[in-house]
Amino acid sequence: MAGADGDDSLYPIAVLIDELRNEDVQLRLNSIKKLSTIALALGVERTRTELLPFLTDTIYDEDEVLLALAEQLGNFTMLVGGPEYVHCLLPPLESLATVEETVVRDKAVESLRKISQEHSPVDLEVHFEPLVKRLASGDWFTSRTSACGLFSVCYPRVSSTVKAEIRQHFRTLCSDDTPMVRRAAASKLGEFAKVLELDYVKSDIISLFTALASDEQDSVRLLAVEACVSIATLLPQEDLESLVMPTLRQAAEDKSWRVRYMVADKFSELQKAVGPEITKNDLVPAFQNLLKDCEAEVRAAAANKVKEFCENLPEENREQIIMTHILPCVKELVSDTNQHVKSALASVIMGLSTILGKDNTIEHLLPLFLAQLKDECPEVRLNIISNLDCVNEVIGIRQLSQSLLPAIVELAEDAKWRVRLAIIEYMPLLAGQLGVEFFDEKLNTLCMAWLIDHVYAIREAATCNLMKLVEKFGAEWAQNTIVPKVLGMANDPNYLHRMTTLFCINALSEACGQDITTKQMLPVVLKMSNDQVANVRFNVAKSLQKIGPVLDSNALQTEVKPVLEKLATDTDMDVKYFAQEAISGTRFTLASLHISTKSDLPF
Amino acid sequence: MSAISASEKVDGFTRKSMRKAQKQRKSQGSSQYRTQSAPVELSPLPQLKDAPSTEQQELFTQKLQQCCMLFDFLDSVMDLKSKEIKRATLNELVDYVSTNRGVLVESTYPEITNMICTNIFRTLPPSDNPDFDPEEDEPTLEASWPHVQLVYEFLLRFLENPDFQPSIAKRHIDQKFVLQLLELFDSEDPRERDFLKTILHRIYGKFLGLRAFIRKQINNIFLRFIYETEHFNGVAELLEILGSIINGFALPLKAEHKQFLMKVLIPLHTAKGLALFHAQLAYCVVQFLEKDPTLTEPVIRGLLKFWPRTCSQKEVMFLGEIEEILDVIEPTQFKKIQEPLFKQISKCVANPHFQVAERALYFWNNEYILSLIEENIDKVLPIMFGSLYRISKEHWNPTIVALVYNVLKTLMEMNCTLFDELTSSYKAERQREKKKEQERDELWKKLDELRLSNAALVQNNRREWQVYGQNNIKKG
Repeated sequence: MAGADGDDSLYPIAVLIDELRNEDVQLRLNSIKKLSTIALALGVERTRTELLPFLTDTIYDEDEVLLALAEQLGNFTMLVGGPEYVHCLLPPLESLATVEETVVRDKAVESLRKISQEHSPVDLEVHFEPLVKRLASGDWFTSRTSACGLFSVCYPRVSSTVKAEIRQHFRTLCSDDTPMVRRAAASKLGEFAKVLELDYVKSDIISLFTALASDEQDSVRLLAVEACVSIATLLPQEDLESLVMPTLRQAAEDKSWRVRYMVADKFSELQKAVGPEITKNDLVPAFQNLLKDCEAEVRAAAANKVKEFCENLPEENREQIIMTHILPCVKELVSDTNQHVKSALASVIMGLSTILGKDNTIEHLLPLFLAQLKDECPEVRLNIISNLDCVNEVIGIRQLSQSLLPAIVELAEDAKWRVRLAIIEYMPLLAGQLGVEFFDEKLNTLCMAWLIDHVYAIREAATCNLMKLVEKFGAEWAQNTIVPKVLGMANDPNYLHRMTTLFCINALSEACGQDITTKQMLPVVLKMSNDQVANVRFNVAKSLQKIGPVLDSNALQTEVKPVLEKLATDTDMDVKYFAQEAISGTRFTLASLHISTKSDLPF
Repeated sequence: MSAISASEKVDGFTRKSMRKAQKQRKSQGSSQYRTQSAPVELSPLPQLKDAPSTEQQELFTQKLQQCCMLFDFLDSVMDLKSKEIKRATLNELVDYVSTNRGVLVESTYPEITNMICTNIFRTLPPSDNPDFDPEEDEPTLEASWPHVQLVYEFLLRFLENPDFQPSIAKRHIDQKFVLQLLELFDSEDPRERDFLKTILHRIYGKFLGLRAFIRKQINNIFLRFIYETEHFNGVAELLEILGSIINGFALPLKAEHKQFLMKVLIPLHTAKGLALFHAQLAYCVVQFLEKDPTLTEPVIRGLLKFWPRTCSQKEVMFLGEIEEILDVIEPTQFKKIQEPLFKQISKCVANPHFQVAERALYFWNNEYILSLIEENIDKVLPIMFGSLYRISKEHWNPTIVALVYNVLKTLMEMNCTLFDELTSSYKAERQREKKKEQERDELWKKLDELRLSNAALVQNNRREWQVYGQNNIKKG
């Protein structure tokens, strides 16, 4: 391996080669991930002359190894000697860019894009651009797909002759006979358009865009919709009508729902890109159609955009457009047959109230909110409840409270724990908006019931919820309404409920303050240190550590310390461990204590 | 609190099968973008068999046109009368083209294909169930099947009619037609895919000019499936067609076909839903190897490259395929691949999942494989020995241990001396491996030290350079 003269420098490459040939993929992967170590050990010159050729020649491996290699090489510029030599990295990356596996190829392209910035303009033309050309005219589709992502990074920095060549290559790939390549080209069309001169956008890009948007495969056509946004942004307003709109109109009525879905999904971006005039004349009717589409997927995507679309309408006739054109469609969607459509709508519909103002909200939107609050699908109700704040600002929540309550109660008891979890998370917000009396009267029982839910996540969320409520309503409220109930659970026969008491105390002590914590909570915790279940006992230790900072030093010294010391000699090893943790983590006043506890620790 | 009782829950979650059972079997309509206006009520035409022969042709055309009317099947009560008329007419048409001779005159071809295209070519609707699992879920069935089925039936009879002339039909059954037909293979409805399979097979057989195109498009569908969407319902059906296409390839195989094998069929093994089409896929692969045995080595190497690492179910499938390949392998080819192959098999027999281990050990029940192993026992035994010896002592599953003993016995009988040598050197071998492990660790440690010293050097250089740069700026 190493030379007889003790020269260590041959060592690394030998290790690498040895490891790269190992049968175990994990070892090969390890060595590739430490490639920078090897390169550093070798020094820049030998990295260039030995390591890189070796890597280029041996590229045939598991995709996982190749992925790691592709990623490493993107950060190799300094290791080969800086920008001056960065082109040495191109050969291995070029072969990685032709690999079948998409993730590897994408990573190689990403690295190539990264190092393209480190090339000088001359190197870009001498080394980088020829590579792009080779990829673009490769035999197998993989290299041509990779090429699509590289045009835009070199175009701005090369001479005009080379630019013309690049444009030609891109054109060719847009009409490639493999749909995979056309998809790659279509997905990079917008990006490429951005670096082109405006004249070429008009002469080249538009015709490519039109062709891709009427491709025989819907998977290509839908990518053209994405490009449409970028292209429309680049063109001056007066050209949009003739260059972009015919294609966009066609896409909005495409026979494939996937394309229409894409239009719906990109609607806000499209709206911004084409400006108010076209929006009024073209997009409003198109949007109406999407809201009434025969496929639920499309309707749901459009429903998601209702608020944003309305918000961005030109202000002078916004209200009129919404009332006459959009709202009738929205009303229909409230009773759609598909729950995804309804829940998409429910997640944005409340936002309309700020746009339409108080009177319209009460007259037109409120009935819709109420209908959705009674919807059979919990997700719809939940989405309405989660957006109550928008309505609250406009008309106040009281208008809704009568319908709100049954909806909340039903969600609180839903069979799916994720639904229960979601409604718990809105409790503090609801409590704030509904006020303390309403809360005490109607919702308090729910909040307490969650504490004994059979799913831990719900109990945990319920605990956290209590803390937020106390922060909102204050310590006195806590003392009167929730603390007694929480402490009562300490005597529950179920140890999980007893532990919930401890978790609640952990969460509440700070918000409740020193007085309540010391006088009411602490005695309960201390009493629980005799619990027969070890889990409860070590949670007592944890709780004592947690509430320690809230307690005064006297209570710490005279009450907490003896209990912890007792727990530290418990028969259960976990109880012991957490008691010791608590002792070392709590600020006891006497220095001697520190010393004694420290010496007790196993280390 | 809920319809599902607590006893049916596992850790607060409902079992998947329970949730599934609650759902009802649904059917869905096709996503026809309804540009066509509401259907006009159909009125029944006279029966073809009652018409005088001079008028039959005209009536046939009229009936074809009548069948171009599409109906909404999601609404089961709408247009009942017209739906029934269309159904009866389609039945009559099927009957007409399958029993009569001389009815396929040139002028009917455009009408026929138009009727077919209007009815079957449509954008497939989005799946009702976004996480549709073909292995577990019931497929969503095509709502308009009562009509669509008859149209497929008609198309099939049309293609199979003895008077059918591809030279005339090729103006209508062209590349675009085939492309749309292929897209329909993504249908969730297995009945539809089954028809499509037979139809595409007929088209492939009758239209020589479309063959290369069909192969290429299938290629593209598979590549998209593998590398882009991982979703396509008709992979098994397409592979079934390919199986018989490959069977008919002329020798020597064209480069295009070999490329298809290596760059499409082998990577198809990586798909998540392999179980759905593995039988058909393995059949295709074996077909290739029977045509050209020299492909054995690259194929097995390809399979080894994509060998499943975490999915035991897939691993069992791979082992099954390897056995199918070994069944037809030539002894010379076996020699070329035995080393890497048995390294993998040796890992499989030691797999903690007993089904994997068991499947691999079953190889020793195969007479032909046994004869190949025996012929190459000096190569195979040293590779297999370590794993077998170890699991004979360690595997948790008694069936596996019993199987391993049998295998060890068989191997011992093949070459007793070698077996004894390996047994006695087993311990030393393990120790050597451990030592190698330690050496590797040390190598890396040394390398790290080297890197640190070099990094320091580079930093120093950089700092000097920066100082130099700053000085320059100051001077400037």
